[in-house]
Amino acid sequence: MQELEQAEHGSVRVTPKGNDRVVIEKDLSSEEMILNMGPQHPSTHGVLRLECKTDGEVVVEAEPYLGYLHRCFEKHAEMVDYPGIVPFVDRMDYLAAMNSEFAYCIAVEKLLDVEIPRRVEFLRVIVSELNRIASHLVAIGTYAIDLGAFTPFLFCFRDREHIMNILEWASGARMLYNYIWIGGAAFDFPADMQKRIGEFVDYFRPKALELQKLLTENEIFVKRTRGIGMMPADVAINYGWSGPMLRGSGVEWDLRRNDPYSVYPELDFNVRVPDGSVSDIGDSLSRHLVRAYEMEESLGIIEQCLQMMPEANGFDPRSAIPKKIRPKAGEVYGRAENPRGELGFYIVSDGKSTKPVRCKARSSCFVNLSAMKELSQGQLIPDLVAIIGSIDIVLGEVDR
Amino acid sequence: MAESQESQERPEPSPAVRASEAVYRTVREKFGDAVSDFDANDTMPFFEVTDARRWKEVALFLRDDSRLDFNYLACLSGMDYPAEGKLGVVCNLESLGKHNHRIAVKINCSRDSAVLPSVARVWKTAEWHEREAFDMYGIRFDAHPDLRRILCPEDWEGYPLRKDYEVQESYHGVKVPY
Repeated sequence: MQELEQAEHGSVRVTPKGNDRVVIEKDLSSEEMILNMGPQHPSTHGVLRLECKTDGEVVVEAEPYLGYLHRCFEKHAEMVDYPGIVPFVDRMDYLAAMNSEFAYCIAVEKLLDVEIPRRVEFLRVIVSELNRIASHLVAIGTYAIDLGAFTPFLFCFRDREHIMNILEWASGARMLYNYIWIGGAAFDFPADMQKRIGEFVDYFRPKALELQKLLTENEIFVKRTRGIGMMPADVAINYGWSGPMLRGSGVEWDLRRNDPYSVYPELDFNVRVPDGSVSDIGDSLSRHLVRAYEMEESLGIIEQCLQMMPEANGFDPRSAIPKKIRPKAGEVYGRAENPRGELGFYIVSDGKSTKPVRCKARSSCFVNLSAMKELSQGQLIPDLVAIIGSIDIVLGEVDR
Repeated sequence: MAESQESQERPEPSPAVRASEAVYRTVREKFGDAVSDFDANDTMPFFEVTDARRWKEVALFLRDDSRLDFNYLACLSGMDYPAEGKLGVVCNLESLGKHNHRIAVKINCSRDSAVLPSVARVWKTAEWHEREAFDMYGIRFDAHPDLRRILCPEDWEGYPLRKDYEVQESYHGVKVPY
């Protein structure tokens, strides 16, 4: 107490009970400060702005501001016909365009009653699993670079380039494919495509392992992510989390398993969640681990599909596509497991028009990001970067 | 509802629709006339909360009753029904990891007043979904913790996804229609 009184006269080092040493400086301003992160900050993974109320290094509250990339997807969707929406869907989650197309087509096909040829189902699953790997490679690479590890980023982008090339060969485009169409696909695989994908799988399997070792056995990476941004399972569900975010909190939930679509019921794969040995369940490291596990599972899925896929034999992937796509009157909520979680489309058709009355996209990153305010409370500013990276947002899908 | 009028004779409903119907019966038992009849279509079975003031009460029942356990709000979409002069929201609910059943719930309000109870305190995910519905349709959610525009700028005029929306001529000196 006596020492505290001395502090009135200037800066005095006070040692309270215990070992903590506290410096009290008089006239030191201690009010909260507003710190803006973004919208042009590389660690916000796009044009996200976080308004952080900070108390020294500690974030009291971080309020996300979105909309910088809002392109009125839902308004556009009411003005173009159903197949015309597919390219718009590509531009939502541009890192996983195949998966987004897949989700949209599943939703529309529920209203259409078309029989999808079996080979098309396999084409779709293969390209979307390849795209899932490519998307996770970006997620893991940029996450590492956020935390100061440069090498994994280069490894990730080197391997992602192989997938881009494969998908370019199949569809003609590197990132925004317009490949999966309602009722079919744009093109069949070129000759020898299956062989080339098989070669990639063999090439990438050891690389995925190497990448995982490079990060999860890196002490700095683990120290920066373990125990940071904890999210208990029940709160995660209440926030509507899905995909790797929810599995990172220990919930074994994967739409490919729990609400299966396409040929996923026939495929053998695991929904892996972290066991808590290297990470704490629900932290940023867990979410990173889920993505690493998922890449391995995707490789397995691709391998199985390559074997199970029916022969081409003059196959036309456009054969089942209706001349005019006019779904029956009704509404549907169709969804698929994207690299970032559940991408859902709520579509209302009046049965007369070739354009939807309403096409709402339930974006996985939008929902995952909505927990940012709670996740950031009381964290250090550098940890905020680790948390945003672990959410793996694509602002194209958040803002639509 | 235009959607329910097209109901035709259907064969045996699928197990998922039967599960949703069982959910509906539990809700109906509790709330009686506050909820509409069940629409057993096979793409998205739903019911409507006709007495919108009781929506939050229904939502809490859906979440907390041990027979229902709808812990996961997958999607909340704003809607505009110009023919009926109504606005509304559609909620896609799921019991994640518990009963695994799903149901959709609709709640409507008139275009003039456009106020609905907020469920942001029931499912936290609804907070941003409702902000989006406010931004796009101008539905005001009662007792929402932080009702602001989310995708459009704060000073944007009008509600873009309403069917009668007309874009403003200029925004901060920039011509808007192109």
